[in-house]
This record gives sequence, structure tokens and C-alpha cells, in this order.
Amino acid sequence: MNKAEPLIARYSHKDYKSAVKPIWCPGCGHFGVESSLFRALAYLELPPEQVAVVSGIGCSSRIPAYTQCYGFHGVHGRAPAVATGLKLARPELTVIVTSGDGDAFSIGGNHFIHACRRNVDMTLLVMDNEVYGMTKGQPSPTTPADWDSKIAPGGTGVNPFAPLAVALASGANFIARGFSGDPNGVARLLVEAIQHPGFSFVQVLSPCVTYRPEEKFWKKMVHSSSVEPTHDPAVAGHRLLSDDGFTTGVFYIGNRPTYTATVGTSDNDLSAIEEELAI
Amino acid sequence: MGSGGAGSITTGSLLLEAAGQVGWYGLLTRSVGPQIRGGEALAMVRLAPTPVTGHGDRYDVLVALDWHNASRFIAEVPLDDKSLILADANGGDPPPAILATGAHLVTLPFTDLADELPGARPNLLALGMLSELLGISMDSTTQAVIRTLSDKGLSAAHATDALAAGGQLTTTFPHTQRLAPPKPRDTGRYWLITGNQAAALGALRGGVRFAAVYPITPATDLSEWMAPRLQKLGGQLIQAEDEIASMNMVLGASFGGIPSMTITSGPGLALMTETLGLAVAAEVPAVVVNVMRGGPSTGIPTKSEQSDLNIALYGLHGDAPHLVLASQSVADCLTTTQWAVQLSEALQCPAIVLSDQFMGQALTICERPAPLPDAPPRRIASAGSDRYDRYALTEDGISPMAIPGTLGRQHTADGLEHNAHGTPSSGAADHLAQLNKRCTKLEQYDYGDAWAEIDGEGETVVLTWGSTAAAVLEAATQARASGLAVKVIALRLLSPTQPDKMALAMRGARRALVVEQSHSAQFHHFLRAYYPLPDQVEVISRPGPLPIRPGEVLNLLLHGNQS
Amino acid sequence: MNLVINTLDELLAHAHELEREAVERYEDLAGQMEVHNQPELAELFHKMAAIEQQHVVKVESLAGSQPRPLAPWDYQWQTPESPESVPVGQGHYRMNPHQALTLVLACEERAEAFFAELAESTSDPAVREMAVQFAAEEKQHAELLKEWLARYPEPKADWWQDLDDPIAQE
Repeated sequence: MNKAEPLIARYSHKDYKSAVKPIWCPGCGHFGVESSLFRALAYLELPPEQVAVVSGIGCSSRIPAYTQCYGFHGVHGRAPAVATGLKLARPELTVIVTSGDGDAFSIGGNHFIHACRRNVDMTLLVMDNEVYGMTKGQPSPTTPADWDSKIAPGGTGVNPFAPLAVALASGANFIARGFSGDPNGVARLLVEAIQHPGFSFVQVLSPCVTYRPEEKFWKKMVHSSSVEPTHDPAVAGHRLLSDDGFTTGVFYIGNRPTYTATVGTSDNDLSAIEEELAI
Repeated sequence: MGSGGAGSITTGSLLLEAAGQVGWYGLLTRSVGPQIRGGEALAMVRLAPTPVTGHGDRYDVLVALDWHNASRFIAEVPLDDKSLILADANGGDPPPAILATGAHLVTLPFTDLADELPGARPNLLALGMLSELLGISMDSTTQAVIRTLSDKGLSAAHATDALAAGGQLTTTFPHTQRLAPPKPRDTGRYWLITGNQAAALGALRGGVRFAAVYPITPATDLSEWMAPRLQKLGGQLIQAEDEIASMNMVLGASFGGIPSMTITSGPGLALMTETLGLAVAAEVPAVVVNVMRGGPSTGIPTKSEQSDLNIALYGLHGDAPHLVLASQSVADCLTTTQWAVQLSEALQCPAIVLSDQFMGQALTICERPAPLPDAPPRRIASAGSDRYDRYALTEDGISPMAIPGTLGRQHTADGLEHNAHGTPSSGAADHLAQLNKRCTKLEQYDYGDAWAEIDGEGETVVLTWGSTAAAVLEAATQARASGLAVKVIALRLLSPTQPDKMALAMRGARRALVVEQSHSAQFHHFLRAYYPLPDQVEVISRPGPLPIRPGEVLNLLLHGNQS
Repeated sequence: MNLVINTLDELLAHAHELEREAVERYEDLAGQMEVHNQPELAELFHKMAAIEQQHVVKVESLAGSQPRPLAPWDYQWQTPESPESVPVGQGHYRMNPHQALTLVLACEERAEAFFAELAESTSDPAVREMAVQFAAEEKQHAELLKEWLARYPEPKADWWQDLDDPIAQE
């Protein structure tokens, strides 16, 4: 967080926001997350053209087009893989994946796990509203087992999983949780996540006003972490597994080496390779 | 053939290498049992003084180091009363079906002799014997053996002794199977290469510097060969968590401006098709080399078939015009893959290259393929502050692509339908305009003469694609010798279709033969859908794993459908 | 967290960010209302953004330049966000002008409270003087808004009802 402060702000919100207006419902938590992202990027003074926002499918995944950054809006659940390819090809870019609980944890679960494990330098920002919004309110992997819905009357009967604990077990190098109603707090988490080398995972609890109106009470349930982030996965694991899911803050800061198999300067002389084949 | 570590594949490849060193051409394919180690294995080698791209109708010599489970291979080794079987005396009894071919059986003491000689193995004796029998210089064979086996503890002296002892065995039987002497040829112009290696090299020549892959037979060896060589060139190959991830990583890297590819086979291609649709919509170049195997499902992973044609052509959701190309021989795997990279980059469109297990895993001696002419590179948008429309409707349908990092050219590559600017749009006009754009850019491009290989002239035309082209070309040559004028059209560019060029190529055709290795005649139906065929059409559409051989094509050419 | 602002620079930085974020949020809301076919409310929020933009300019002229920004989390807001911004989670696609103005009024009142508390807590007389002035301005806006608010009827009890289901998009 040590940074020489400029006399005037080089970048602000408007430098990162595109002319495309979000289709999110008014009142959606994602508006707060969008603000947080822009504040974090402005704080880090990242030129918009040096930032790539990669997403999959869902409400949260609409963000790339709402930014002035480079964006990639791909298929459902696979954004971490796209981001991996992009970051390895262009290591100088700041790569941010924006995703939701269905996109990242359900259809994209395998990529989530392996992105944590691979530890490429990028930030995964998951806007978790515990519901599928784009398809009209189906339960996601983080929805409580007893949440009643059309597709699962009386609830799914399936316990939600703990994404932060999964990320820790999979090897993510930075793990934090924020709340969309606290955009400056989320901005701070994002700044730390982007600055920390390797794969950073930030879950942001972001209420869905349309399908989960009860989530507006989340603002009364969230509480900030009273302890310092740990570098010890065992401590972080205990904390995450005994947490109520509403603690915000940084849970874990790891020091695993970043995956660095990046594409370098291309050599176009194939003669040595072709010579191997000569007979 | 042999089992349980007999080393028959190694024997075959050493024979090919030795023959190649002294000027022959050749091809080696293999067939194996389902075991990971110690299973029965068959190496099929064809040698000739002229280039070889496929197998013939019969084999002159079968060397059996043992007969364990040999009946598995009977269908793959056509023998006749002119064939010679050289079998180890301790290898058990030959299957009755082998004896029924009428081939002349000679029993030889490979294992007994190997026991007596230090460092010798039965397969080395067999190799020495074959070398002598075929007239390949023993020096060349010895060098090939030493190069390959010295790191397995075999000394040069022991190798020489074992090979010589094997050569001596030929004095115990009367047959001679000497090859016609090779024609003199320049050194340094020839390669010993597999189709998978050739495809990888073609990709490297085309400028690919990033690959993301997931292991799948029979494509994996392509990535294993490519990985260290890509690194030498400053690139990277990484193993993804699945085929979906590898395809998406490729799009990410390509969006970042690096020509990128993946490899796979049928089941993996099925997993990639959603993302290929994205590549079409978002206009991101990407190359998939699909090495076909028997399908559907896990099918026959170690054997060849041409049954992924439909999924390659039609497997994408929505109206998704894309490039589909097919290699025609081991050497052509290089040319076609390089061309696919060029086209994909120039047209900002995904390209599927169809190879198959036969070509991919065949080891061949071939002339070094000529470099392809340079193609127009990816059209890139440079920095600027004026309005930038990523999906601008240009005359040729290709719009400049800005690479992340370029000032003032930020945009979102989107799988959602979009307008010219790139903003998501569900409007009918935008949808139609972008569909037209993506279609037009493929249709307007000048693919030149490479769309097909056309051989000969005649009212009888054989239409084929992929590795079956080898058998067709050989059959056509034989048919011409019998007085039938035959033209062969082997398609390299399957999509987009080339109706004008095909019409020209088919002018005057009165009879068409379609030759393909698929049970449901996928290629025939494709031709019917897109190209006019003459009234008289005959079809060979057999599934794998048995290769289509020249004789059956020749038979059809000369005698028509007898049924 | 106690409010401790004892220099004019810090006060101006806070005032600047407070007004700037209010502009941002009003523009966001205007966009949301445009997307949800509420042109009247879009116009209202654009207007509010324009008013707050004048305040941004005013603070800049008071400061002599654009004040040195702090890290977003270093501002001493006593609310989850800067007090003059409509909080994340507020607003509804069916809201009427009365409800919109109620949100705006709450912003002005929070801003007034912030500056009033700042005036109370600071040890610096110059800061107190300027904070008192800012609080008075916000109070004035609030009074004006109350007049506007009185012109618009409160929403009906079923204002939020929509006979159509939400639309599946993807």
C-alpha cells in the first residue's frame, strides 16, 4: 500500500467506464463492484489499455464491455482459461477475471481449481449473489440448501460449498472477501489482489435484488475481519472453515512462486529444429 | 510383430531409418494391443525407391518374433503365396489363418542365437537378417542401431556382431526379396518424420508460438514433440486441465496477438466446439489439429478413421463459418497445418486441421516440404484516438484487430452478437450484418490452387480426402497403366467450399468414385450437399481401423460396383 | 473510526471526493434509468449530477487546483461510502420521482451531517469555518429538495408490482 501519491489523479472512474450502460437491475450489488474495480485501477494508475478484463457468462460477466479496458467476453465458466492464455502471451498486461458464483464455481469449477493451482499472475473477482440471475433465479453452488426456487421446490437439499476454502486448498496465492455495499473496502482488496504476485481470488458478496431480495440484509450481516491476514495456510484454513461466510477482509497471503512459462521474444530460425529431422 | 518387449516397433523404425540413409523411401505404421507395456505390437514398413505415402495391398515379408495374440493383426497384414514368413523357432505356433494365406514359412533360431551372443536380442538378429535380405547396407543398419540403442547400453561391437549373425541367417533359406536399388538423391533434402511432427513443424513455420493442450491419443505425441522446440523459439506449450480449457487458453493467447494452437482427437474436439463458436463470433484466430481415430466416444483410440469430418464441418452451434482443412500425407501435415495457421491469422477465424492416426503416427522418409509462400499476416489496428470499430464492415469482411496494450483501441471481443463497434446487440440488422461479414471474409478470400491436389485427366474422377488419397493416387497410377484415364481430386480445403474451382475441375467428368474411411459416408454426403456430381457415382466408404488399400480402389475403377 | 481532519487540504480532498463520487453515482443512476425506460428519472439524475459537478468545480477553485486524492479507503467517511452518494443497493427500476428525490435528499442530509460532525470534531478553526460553510450549503440543498419532493406524490402501495416475469437473458 506504499505509493507515492501524485499531485493530481492521473486516472479516475470516467477513464475506465465505457459508454455502454449496464443492463443490471437498479439496486444490484454489481454496480458497487464496478465502482470498486474502477477505483482500484485508478489508484494503481493503470492505463486502461494495459488492463484486460476477461469474463464468461452471467450478470457479472457483462462487465468487460462496461469498461474502457480491453475486454474478452467468452463462454460460460472458461474465463480463467482465456485469462491464462492471455497473461502467458502478454505478461505485461494486468489481467482481471470477472465472474459470478455459477460461472466460477459450477460450470467453471474445474478451471477455478486449476487456475488457483497454476498460480498465473492474475486476479479473479467473483461477484457472488448465490443465484443464477441471467436464467431467472436458479440455485448456484453457494446457494443455501433450503432456498426455495422453481427448479428446486423446497430447496436443493445440497449444501453450498466454501469457495475461499476451495481456493486455499487449490493453491490460490491471495484470498479475500468483500461486500459490494462497501466499494472502498472492495477497492482496497482489489488493489492488494492485483499487486500480489500469482493468482489472487476475491469473492465479493453482491446482492441480487431481483431473485434474492432477502440479500439486502447482507449489509447487516457482514463484518470485517478482526485479525491480520496470515501467510500460514493451516491458520487460514481453520479460519475459513470456521467462518460464517460474512467475514470480509484478507484471509490468506501466500508466497508460492508465480507461474512464469510466458511467451518471450520469438525466434524465427527453425533451421536447428529442421536439422534434427534430416536423414 | 512380437509381444512382451520383443521390440518390434523399434526394429521397424530402425529398418526404415537404415533404408532411408542409403536412399530409399519408406513408411512405417504400427498396430498395437491394448496393453500399456508388454503388449503385442506390429510394425508395418513399406520401402521403395520412389516416395511412399501409403501401404500397398500385400506384404512381402512378415517377421514374427513370437505369435502371442497374433491373430489380432491378421486382418492388417495381407499375405499371399509369394510372401515370406520368418518366425522364431521358440515363438509358438502360427495361427491357422496365417498359414492359410499360403505364405512360405521359415523358422529361424532368433532367441537361441541371441542367448549365445553377448548384448544380442532377437529383434536385432531379425533386423540384421532383414537388412541382408532386402539389400540394405549393413553399415547403414549398424549406424542406425548404434544411434538409437547406444543409450540403452548396447555397445557398437555387440550391435555389429548381432546384426551380422542375423544377416548370416539368410543363407539358410532360398528366397530373395531384394529391393530395387535406390535412386541417387541429394543429401540434406530428406527427412525422417511423423505426421504429428510434421504438423507441429508446420505450425511453427506458420508462426505459432503458444499452444495449450490436453493429452489424447493419437495426438499427444504432437505436443510432446512440439513443447521443447516451441520453448527454443521463445514460445510456450502448456498442458491445460481439459480440452475446453486448452481451447480457451488458445483464444486468450491469440487475443493477445500470439498465433496459437491446440491439438486433439474426436472426443476432445467435441469438447472444444463451443469455444470454436466463440472464436468465430469474436473473430479470434486459432488452429486445432485434430488427429482422427476410430469413433464415436472412446472408440478405437489407436487406430485411424475419417469419421470426424461431420463434427469438423457441422459441429459448431449457430451459423458459424470456419476453416476446415485436411492433410493428405505425412509430409502434407506440415504444408496443410502451416497453411491453416496462415489462413486463420489472415481471416481471423478458427481453423480445424484434420489429420488422422495413420498419418499422425506414421514415420516416413520424405522430401523436405518446400516452404509455403508468405501469406498476408493478421490485420492489426495501430494506436489512435479516432473511433475504432473492432467489427467494422469492410469490403473483404476482415476488420483490423487491436492487440491489448494498443492505446485508444480498447474493445471487448464478444461472443454475444454485436454491432460493428463491438457493443452487444440483439438487433436483426446487426445480426445479419455480422453473419454476412463472417461469411463473406471466408468466401472472398483467394485460396489459390492449394484447395485440392488434382492428378491426371479423364472422364473418371476419384474424389477423396485425407490419408486415403495415398491409396487412391496409387490405384489411379495402376489404372492408367491398364488404359483407364483417371483424374484424382483430393480436397485439402473442405470449408469454405470452392464451387467454382470444383466445377472447373469436374468439367467433363462422367463417372465419379468417392473414396473415404467412414461408415456413414460422411464425405460422400458432404460432396452431395455442396458439389454437383455426375450421374454415375460409386462409393467406397469403409470405417477404420483397416486402411483402404490401392487394390480395392483399382478394382472399383476397373470393374465398377459388382454388387 | 473517529473523524479527525485538521487541515484545509484534507478537508478539501474529502469535499472534492464527496462531490466527485456523487456525480459518478448520479450518472450511474441516470444510465440505469435510461436502460429501464424511466426518462424522467434519468433526467433528474443527470440534473443532480450536473449540480454536483458544479460543486466539484467550486471545491477545485477553493483549493486552487484539483486536491491531492487519497486512497479510496483512507477517506474518513462515517458511512460505507462517501456520504453524498446514493448507496449501492438503493434504487429500483419501478421507482417514481418521489422515491428518487427521497434518495437524493438522504444524500444531502448525510453530507450535511458529515460536514457538521467534521466542524464539531476538528481542532483547526479554519477547517471548522469551511466545514460549517459546507454543512450550511448541504442543508440549503436539502431544504430545496424537500420543496421538490412535496411536488411529487408518494408511490402507490403496489408501486413495485410488475405483471410480467423477469426476462431470462442468457
